[in-house]
Amino acid sequence: MSAAEEVVTEAPAVEAVPKRAMTLGYGTSLVVLAALILTPLFVKNFIIFQMTMLLIYGLAVLALNILTGGSGQFSLGQSAFYAIGAYTTAILMEHFNVNYALTLPVAGVICFAAGFLFGQPALRLSGVYLALATFALATAMPQLLKLGFFEHWTGGVQGLVVTKPDAPFGLPLSQDMWLYYFTLAITIGIYIASVNLLRSRSGRAFMAIRDNEIAASAMGVDVSLYKTLAFGVSAGITGVAGGLGAIAVQFVAPDGYTITLAISLFLGMVVGGVGWLPGSIVGSAFIIFVPNIAEGISKGLSGAVFGVLLFLVIFLVPHGARQVALIAQQLAAKLKKN
Amino acid sequence: MSAIHLRLGALAAAVALLAVSSGHALAQKRYDVGATDTEIKIGNIMPYSGPASAYGVIGKTEAAYFNKINAEGGINGRKINFISYDDAYSPPKTVEQARKLVESDEVLLIFNSLGTPPNTAIQKYMNQKKVPQLFVATGATKWNDPKDFPWTMGWQPNYQSESIIYARYILKNHPNARIAVLYQNDDYGKDYLKGFKDGLGSKAASMIMIEESYEVSEPSIDSHIVKLWSSGADVFFNITTPKFAAQAIKKNAEIGWKPLHFLNNVSSSVGSVLKPAGLENAQDIISSNYLKDPTDPQWKNDPGMIAWNEFLDKYYPEANRSDAAVMYGYTVAQGMVHVLKACGDNLTHENIMKQAASIRDLELGGLLPGIKVNTSPTDFAPLAQLQLMRFKGDTWERFGDILSGDVGG
Repeated sequence: MSAAEEVVTEAPAVEAVPKRAMTLGYGTSLVVLAALILTPLFVKNFIIFQMTMLLIYGLAVLALNILTGGSGQFSLGQSAFYAIGAYTTAILMEHFNVNYALTLPVAGVICFAAGFLFGQPALRLSGVYLALATFALATAMPQLLKLGFFEHWTGGVQGLVVTKPDAPFGLPLSQDMWLYYFTLAITIGIYIASVNLLRSRSGRAFMAIRDNEIAASAMGVDVSLYKTLAFGVSAGITGVAGGLGAIAVQFVAPDGYTITLAISLFLGMVVGGVGWLPGSIVGSAFIIFVPNIAEGISKGLSGAVFGVLLFLVIFLVPHGARQVALIAQQLAAKLKKN
Repeated sequence: MSAIHLRLGALAAAVALLAVSSGHALAQKRYDVGATDTEIKIGNIMPYSGPASAYGVIGKTEAAYFNKINAEGGINGRKINFISYDDAYSPPKTVEQARKLVESDEVLLIFNSLGTPPNTAIQKYMNQKKVPQLFVATGATKWNDPKDFPWTMGWQPNYQSESIIYARYILKNHPNARIAVLYQNDDYGKDYLKGFKDGLGSKAASMIMIEESYEVSEPSIDSHIVKLWSSGADVFFNITTPKFAAQAIKKNAEIGWKPLHFLNNVSSSVGSVLKPAGLENAQDIISSNYLKDPTDPQWKNDPGMIAWNEFLDKYYPEANRSDAAVMYGYTVAQGMVHVLKACGDNLTHENIMKQAASIRDLELGGLLPGIKVNTSPTDFAPLAQLQLMRFKGDTWERFGDILSGDVGG
């Protein structure tokens, strides 16, 4: 049980009190929120689009964080749930003319169900074996989407083109800006819900399972129920992110949801700090922007440059953004004392 | 000071007036963002990493060719600034890169972005923005659709045209053929299969004995070949990418199946397919092409091929000359230069599409003799001709006329 546990207990920087350590202080939260709300007013549409993708991948990383950081289970299969969410939204919008906002809860519910069902057999597995089982799910998904049987709905390998929604009520916002604020509202909602979930009785049960499964069951936690529940919640949030992603990108195709996406999300979680929810945004920024930086440094060796940058991060700050935040906090405290 | 300013202002006003009044005489330079007196910005998206990274060579060849053009003085005095990004063949990334090119780098157009799913992902966006998406690097049939997507244009002969040509040949010469088809289970394979069935028309159902598909992830397609063989077919249409094509040719020889073998031109390279499969096993295979195969000895003294070799020696010496993608990138970059030259000093999105849609009988050094680039406002398929060829000894022997199987999207 594994790396999650080690990550959490190894270094003094991330010792105990996970309940509070999971979030930012009120002041910092407000600053971040203000930045997220105000920045789009001053930048180009392209940057707004990138910020939208930042929030969307942030949500997906957050979902994985609840699963791994919260309940200590691994998943390399998040891309599969992301794909199901994306396709649910795309199919509902394009084949049934459902309003885009209404497709998201549907995507969430379907993915919750898929995650919950997948969680049932996966329960028997733990650690690396669970990671492998979810890996299988991620590899299978793009091919399932190509199946002739579903082709009428999924568009097969050609994928589906999704129409981007205009701002409602005649608001004077560009499509990109509207979608950004729409995504931001959903992200904030899910973030607050996730924080509350982890602080609640269920959240404590997740963490008890993560820290010691036997002790948790001795205390009366229904281990199997909470493990599958964590899977379901994580999949559901990933599904909503996938649906938003489909609307933002305006296109879904099997090639967009390969195992590479699952690994990217996993990477984002580690870079952001396992179990530290605000780190999800940092992790998401890492997986979106660092490949671009790497490409800027060397086109032919972009993969190698990315590898070096990733290695540096893991080597210098093994606990990711969370460690950076803690160091900053300590520095600030020191300055105050002086 | 102020007097000078005033005088300059008057002069400017006079010049402006002159320019307006003399109308065409001064043939105003007109630009959309991305073009200036000294520069033309061209965007491009290629899978330099990821599963399709073998095609990244195309982007590198194009960059080398534009370097050559710049070294020789540019186009009408303007240097090409070629900005090429990596999308790893992932459509969401393609959208991000396309938006970066259009909105942040402010390119004049996006040229030869690669792959059917990536191009599908940005087609709607490009057409909403009215920025040309020119000469996309995919053989799918849907790019020839000027009515719905007036800002998107294909380049190479599409897959359906090619398989229609084979189907017509079979109907004419082997009307009683029993056909076996092997295809890759993706957009490319299915596009070929559709063209083939359309070409056979009502006889498709009775002539095609068996269809087998394989996944790119399969290590070997031997079992499929055995299955096709056991169906008793005497014509084999082989819709496979190079690695699998070589396997299929080899396996056919091993089990002694000698059907009339049609091989899609995707895999017609002598150097990368037929040699590895064994030239003796590849005799009498029929395929088609529109590009000269650099590994084919018959072009040794061809002027087009000599020019190509000189270009590579000077600007891209590390290129693998047996890779058909190098010839492809070279030819399509020439097509791009032709269009920009034709635009003259009017480098607006509209004029670029207008010039791209009025190419007449353009012949390029890398194209087979007799194959010409042709477009019109209703025909957005620049290359639509192919010539059949049969493999004899160690080279392709072209036979029959230049054929056209023009299909709209």
